[in-house]
Amino acid sequence: MAEATLPISSFAAADAARVREAVACAHCGLPCLTTRVRKADKHFCCAGCQTVYEILTENGLGQFYQLSDNAGVTIRRTTRRDQFRYLDEPAVRERLVDFSDSQTSRVTFTIPTIHCVACVWLLENLFRLNPAIGAVSVNFPRREATIRFAHERLALSELVALLASLGYEPTLSFGALEGKVAPVPGRKTLLLRLGLAGFAFGNIMLISLCLYAGLDSRSVAKFGPLFGWVSFALALPVFLFSAGEFWRAAWLGFRQRVLTIDQPIAVGIAAIFAWSTWEIASGTGHGYFDSLCALIFLLLIGRWFQQKTYDHLSFDRDFKSFFPLAVNRVAAGREESIPLSQLAVGDHLIIRHGDLIPADARLRAGEALVDYSFVTGEANPVTPRVGEVLYAGGQQRGGAIEIETIKPVSQSYLTSLWAHEAFAKNRDRSLDNILNRFSKRFVILVSLVAVGAAAVWWGRGEPATALRAFTAVLIVACPCALALSAPFALGTAQRLLARRRIFLKNTHVLESLARITTVVFDKTGTLTEREQGAASFVGESLSAAEAAAVAALAGQSAHPLSRRIAARFPTGADLPVVSGFVEAAGKGLRATIAGRVWLLGSAAWLEENGVPQADPAAVGHVWLAVDGAVRGRFLFDNPLRPATDRLLDGLARTHELALLSGDNERERERFLALFGPRAELRFNHGPVHKLGFIEALQRGGKSVMMVGDGLNDAGALRQSDVGVAVVEKVGAFSPASDVILEAQRVPELDKLMRFASGTVRIVWISIAISSAYNVVGLTIAATGRLSPLVCAILMPISSISVVGFAVGAAHWLARRTQLSETADPMLPSAQGTERWNKGQAKTREVAA
Amino acid sequence: MSAIYLMLPVSLLLAGIFLIAYWWSVRSGQFEDTTTPALRILPDEPPVSPPASQSDSHNQNTP
Repeated sequence: MAEATLPISSFAAADAARVREAVACAHCGLPCLTTRVRKADKHFCCAGCQTVYEILTENGLGQFYQLSDNAGVTIRRTTRRDQFRYLDEPAVRERLVDFSDSQTSRVTFTIPTIHCVACVWLLENLFRLNPAIGAVSVNFPRREATIRFAHERLALSELVALLASLGYEPTLSFGALEGKVAPVPGRKTLLLRLGLAGFAFGNIMLISLCLYAGLDSRSVAKFGPLFGWVSFALALPVFLFSAGEFWRAAWLGFRQRVLTIDQPIAVGIAAIFAWSTWEIASGTGHGYFDSLCALIFLLLIGRWFQQKTYDHLSFDRDFKSFFPLAVNRVAAGREESIPLSQLAVGDHLIIRHGDLIPADARLRAGEALVDYSFVTGEANPVTPRVGEVLYAGGQQRGGAIEIETIKPVSQSYLTSLWAHEAFAKNRDRSLDNILNRFSKRFVILVSLVAVGAAAVWWGRGEPATALRAFTAVLIVACPCALALSAPFALGTAQRLLARRRIFLKNTHVLESLARITTVVFDKTGTLTEREQGAASFVGESLSAAEAAAVAALAGQSAHPLSRRIAARFPTGADLPVVSGFVEAAGKGLRATIAGRVWLLGSAAWLEENGVPQADPAAVGHVWLAVDGAVRGRFLFDNPLRPATDRLLDGLARTHELALLSGDNERERERFLALFGPRAELRFNHGPVHKLGFIEALQRGGKSVMMVGDGLNDAGALRQSDVGVAVVEKVGAFSPASDVILEAQRVPELDKLMRFASGTVRIVWISIAISSAYNVVGLTIAATGRLSPLVCAILMPISSISVVGFAVGAAHWLARRTQLSETADPMLPSAQGTERWNKGQAKTREVAA
Repeated sequence: MSAIYLMLPVSLLLAGIFLIAYWWSVRSGQFEDTTTPALRILPDEPPVSPPASQSDSHNQNTP
């Protein structure tokens, strides 16, 4: 059989044209595939969208559609009234509700579908739909809505059902019951400290300016003490409250016996404050309070800049936020929703299309088609028979099934991974950073200079100057510019990356990224696309009429593979009529179209219908036969993300590469070609194996970055030095990680690595610049001639120039690495495409 | 120059009022979310009573 790969993409053009013609849904903007759902001149993609449209327009909320294009959320599933009944259980309710009195309750939900101004407006006008709802306030960056409602007239479950029916179903995961995370602890305190320091700095500067320039000696004598004491009064709260962060950090470092950048800062601040107070009290000078407040103000700005967090992202999720809050249990012939925490071994559950299997269970009835790709990395769904065991975390595709749990949630195959020691380890590496490593040497150097200067003056018989020089060295050495270099360089880099949809947990990740020697990739969902498998067709090419017949046949079935086939063909009203349609569960389809008998299904299905075919070993393929003759088969390879070859080529030059997959070996050849001969490719690796592989690399002295997407990578992500979680959509569930990366950015990982090392170089240059300032300052200080004016000029100038350099250089670097927002569409190179096709041909040979 | 004895407390008092205002605004959570209020002012208020225009309703549906 001459194999002509006729990609269905030749139909894609026709498909695209149809989509262009199609009317956009008046609610959500998706193209309407049918013209049947409409009301007056408005068309809808589905009945769900139409219902929402009617509810909104009939309640005077039609403005929703004027606020933003395609404002609505596509309604995929209809909401059953009793679907959320479990929320009214006192134990569940109590955990979810923030506050409750005799009449009203307040609850805060995370609603990931909030995406535009119209959503905010609609949710905040929810009271127009139900009078029992009070004030609603939306926090857009956190995707949260805080809702007040009269709980006697509207149960919590009804409120959630209302939200869900409008497309705003809150995230109700198992983890939500564990108590809520406070919104960034300490942010308020930092802002208060910053404000106070800024206030004191400005006012002391006004006073000090008079002393530096303008006052004659008579006035100085008259006002000097007054100005001094006013400055002292302003600086005292700054010293005690605003600098509190540095006292705490320095003390913490002291107790843990580590030298951090905070200790020289604390010593410097204390020295300035003590010396200034002594000068004013003794009448020998006016002190350095202006410099003190400027320094604390700038340092706090650095802290604030570094503390950028992404409110709608969570870097610390475990399986609990992946699992649902409730499951459907069947008891005494009735189906009820119960909280997952009440699930007991032996319970019978109903699992519908798209639901997760919450605990290891045995299949009792129904046609199971379980997708484990998120859990094990296996690309193709499996079809267990009745009586076989289904593992927790799998997702049911297709119809409803009934299962019986055999293990509690916490002891299931998947969740037991979290009992591994890697998850108990404290991964806080925030003390191990460039600045702290540098400050170790810095502290020793400064102490030597201070003691040396004091000793020299003492030796000359000038103990007063000795004390003065000693203090002055400590004052000047206070590493303000130094402490600002890293926060601003790394903070800017973090912000620039976030604009490019690469989110870092904190700025320390950049430093770890720069040290990475080995990059380990997961396959399914990371290097390959998830669930968008182009159903490529191998065999005799199909005519347009035949293609329409296949589309019509596949369109009759709800099986996911049928859908993937149907989705590749044009759909619409001009499909031929299907008669005598038969669907055999787990086998295939048969029907008569335009007088010919069409078969679509497994090899066994074709055999059963009297069509012997060559290759029963080709697992995971769907065969097509017409009138008793095999025409070809559909392949469901998950395609590589575009430009993967370029990425791997680029990374291979600087890093060791490895591939870890939970899938079987059938694609080894293909990936060997991509990764090159030196890379290690491991297949059939479960979650614990993956973790062990990373550990082994680390024991060999490697610094490892793991790139993965599923729960099966959770252990490896956690164990690695930098864990990169790939998500299809920002805000979707991702396992605990250091970096969250939008899937389409995966091909730019090599640029991210280059950018990270460049940023670390910028930090070192900033450190060099600020050290130069320190040398100048120390020279002046050691000679005992440090005046408040020199201090007041040198400190801000050094800090501001370092900050300016760090921010500017990071921006320049982002442009140079071409990590730009308007990046060229990255097409795979000609060479790579060729190699890729070869790999695919090989895979086919192996299969054939 | 003795005006300074008056001006200094007055200027500090004025600045102090702003400090207190800032302090209050931080503590009352006004800096927690700086995005949503900007979105909130865009829409006009809709009429409170629903304009019951149900003349063209369900009869044209062919679900």
